[in-house]
Amino acid sequence: MTQDIVRLSLEHLVLVSVTLAIAAGLAIPTGIVATRFDRFRRGVVAVTNVVQTIPSLAMFGFLIPLPFLPLGKETAIVALVLYALLPILQNTLAGILGVDRAVRESAVAMGMTGRQLLWLVELPLASRMIVTGLRISTVITIGTATIAAAIGAGGLGVFIFRGIATVDNAQLLAGAVPAAIMALVADRGLSWIERRWLPG
Amino acid sequence: MSAIVSFSHVSCRLGGNDILRDVTLEVQPGETLVMLGRSGSGKTTILKLINRLYAPTEGQVLVEGQSTTEWDPIRLRRRIGYVIQEGGLFPHFTVAHNVGLIPRLEGWAEERIDQRVRALLDDVGLPHGEFGDRYPRELSGGQRQRVGVARALAAEPDLLLFDEPFGALDPITRMELQQQFLALRHEFQKTAVFVTHDVREALLIGTRIGLVSRGRVRLLESPADFLRSTDEEARAFLACLDQSPTGTA
Repeated sequence: MTQDIVRLSLEHLVLVSVTLAIAAGLAIPTGIVATRFDRFRRGVVAVTNVVQTIPSLAMFGFLIPLPFLPLGKETAIVALVLYALLPILQNTLAGILGVDRAVRESAVAMGMTGRQLLWLVELPLASRMIVTGLRISTVITIGTATIAAAIGAGGLGVFIFRGIATVDNAQLLAGAVPAAIMALVADRGLSWIERRWLPG
Repeated sequence: MSAIVSFSHVSCRLGGNDILRDVTLEVQPGETLVMLGRSGSGKTTILKLINRLYAPTEGQVLVEGQSTTEWDPIRLRRRIGYVIQEGGLFPHFTVAHNVGLIPRLEGWAEERIDQRVRALLDDVGLPHGEFGDRYPRELSGGQRQRVGVARALAAEPDLLLFDEPFGALDPITRMELQQQFLALRHEFQKTAVFVTHDVREALLIGTRIGLVSRGRVRLLESPADFLRSTDEEARAFLACLDQSPTGTA
């Protein structure tokens, strides 16, 4: 049992890490581009908002029949990424658009190029907000990833579904407790990074 | 003597509104031209046309003989110091980092930047040892404004633009900074365009005063001639001086 907990916890962790890496890689650049183009911004925010409203179990169901996705981890990661996008995207937008107008104006007036404005001013000042978005997505993903076991993705959800099927509380807890601890640690860790390392 | 900045028949429309209409003026080397006007008169737009934050709709703005639309905007802006209210400092950079920013973007050697920053912070009365490592939020409004001035001077620009820099300060700090402005001008002999709505400030620091009203420059006079002006708007501003209960006017 202990061995299983460790193995499935690690599996869970991999699922979550891969998901967040992809989600951040998509959402942060998209968010940056979206701060430059109003119409594009409205479009992506609307789409990610709709995605967020789809119940997660249904989302896994929708993705199963797609021919280019093998059943299991890959399908699960696609679904999890879709859920993780919105908080990161919205916080990237809010962070960058929230930069004080006077600061932005003096950056431009001092002769910063668009790229310097982004890297030296906007991203550092938005970094706390962006990490907050990552934190929210991490917690969501750790929870939602348990459902991914329903389509054979593995992870701590395996215990939970087994526990439900056999009405076995020990199995349920073996899945739920490590997932909860993981979420708590990730949440605390990322808030520590925000406070300790990022300007604001 | 050729003008550093010259406007010829400049109009500027923004979002369908005529902000400036048919403005013609010249800024001579070494002078401090104060643009005096009420809120919304268009005086700040004059500054933003000089460093190409805006482009003229009609007419031409020449800086050092070349039209601002022909300048590379980045090059142009790095040659012009810009000071705004509260300094517009970068909150995530220390005081020293803020002041050294343009030299760093310009690729100066670290040692030269360091020397420059130290000298400038001394000039504005904020010694590097005490203030260099502080962040803007750890300074008073007046101190932030001084850092803003030091930052604008950092890359040795020939021209400085001031957009109501002392507007948000308490009257005592404001007076100290006006005095410091005069001292620095004496030391550096820079050309400056200074926007304000405070007639007292205009008379104190301007070597010439331009009166802006509803997008037009109504007057362009020395402070002495401005005091004698019969122009209606100028009289309205000068009446503010007489309002003073202590009679300093």
